[in-house]
Amino acid sequence: MAKITVNGESKEVRDGITLKALIEESGVLQPDMVSVQLNEQFAEREEWDRTVIKEGDSIDFLYFMGGGAA
Amino acid sequence: MIELNEDQIVRYSRHILLQDVGVEGQEKIMNASVLVVGAGGLGAPVSLYLAAAGIGRIGLIDADVVDLSNLQRQVIHFTKDVGRPKVESAAEKIRAINPDVKVETYQDFLWSGNALEIISKYDFIVDGTDNFPVKFLINDACVMAGKPFSHGGILRFNGQTFTHVPGSACYRCLFKEPPPVGAVPTCSQAGVLGAIAGMLGTIQAAEVLKYFTGVGELLTNKLLTFDAKTMNFKTFNVKKGEKCPICGKNPTIDKLIDYEQAACDLKKH
Ligand SMILES: [Zn+2]
Repeated sequence: MAKITVNGESKEVRDGITLKALIEESGVLQPDMVSVQLNEQFAEREEWDRTVIKEGDSIDFLYFMGGGAA
Repeated sequence: MIELNEDQIVRYSRHILLQDVGVEGQEKIMNASVLVVGAGGLGAPVSLYLAAAGIGRIGLIDADVVDLSNLQRQVIHFTKDVGRPKVESAAEKIRAINPDVKVETYQDFLWSGNALEIISKYDFIVDGTDNFPVKFLINDACVMAGKPFSHGGILRFNGQTFTHVPGSACYRCLFKEPPPVGAVPTCSQAGVLGAIAGMLGTIQAAEVLKYFTGVGELLTNKLLTFDAKTMNFKTFNVKKGEKCPICGKNPTIDKLIDYEQAACDLKKH
C-alpha cells in the first residue's frame, strides 16, 4: 500500500495504481470538468493512464468554474 | 503622489488607522488603476469595494445590458437600471459612492483584437467574466503584457480564485485549456446562489488592495476554493508549470486566441 494525499486528505492506495484508476475510484463523476494536479503540477490528461502513483504523492482535483458575470 | 485633503482623511480613516496601510498605503490605492472585466456578479462587489476604497481609476468592460435576472446577485445594478448598459449603470454607482474615482467604460466584449490595448492602460486586471474563452484570454493577455490579475469563478454554491503576478502560476498552469464546449455549465445554465458572487468578489477586491499596499501574502501559487454548503474553504498549492503553454519553458501560444463559446451561452449575449 502507498500513503498519498488526495485533496488534502490522507489516503492509502494499492501499489502500482495509476492516476487514471485513482480518478475513477475517487468518484470523479465528470473527468472532463476536472484538472488534476500531481504534486502541485498540472497532470496531462493523456498521461493519466501511464502515471503510476508513488508513496507520498499529493493529488488534487480542481474543478472548472466558469461563472461570474451573466 | 496624491496629497490627502481633509475630507479624504475622514473618508479613508478606517484604512489610515490600519498600521499596515496608513496614509502611505491609502495614497498607493489612490494612485492605482484597475480594469474590471465584466460588470456582473463578481464585477459588482469588486467595483463597489474598489470604488469605496478610493482606487484612483477604474475601467469597466462589459457589452451587456442589465437584465431582470441579473438583480438577484449583481448588486451594483438596481431595478430602475433594467435595459441600461451595465457599464453605464455601474459607473453611475461608482461615482455616487466616491467622486474621487475616475471611471472609464467600454461597452464592448474583450477579445483578441482589443485585449492587449485595453489591459495595457491599467495596473491590475480583475477577471469577473462568466465564460471560459474570456477567462483564458485575460490570462494570456496578462501573461504576455506582464500584468497582475485576479482570477475568479463561481458556480452554484462554489467559488474559486487565485492571484497572478508576473512569474507566478497562471490559469493555464492549473487548467491547460478550456473544457470541451458545453461540458462545464456557467451560471446562466446552472444557477448560482447570489451571495456567492459577493463572497468571491470581496476576496478578489481584498487581493487588489493587498497588491497595491503590499500588505500580507497574495493568493499567488495557490488556488482558494470554497463550498458555501459546508462553508469549507480550501487552499491548494500550485506551481508554475514548466510545460505551461503560455508561461512555461517552451511556450506554444504566441498570440491571443478567441475560443468558441458554448451555444447556449451565446444566446445570453
Ligand atoms: Zn502558466
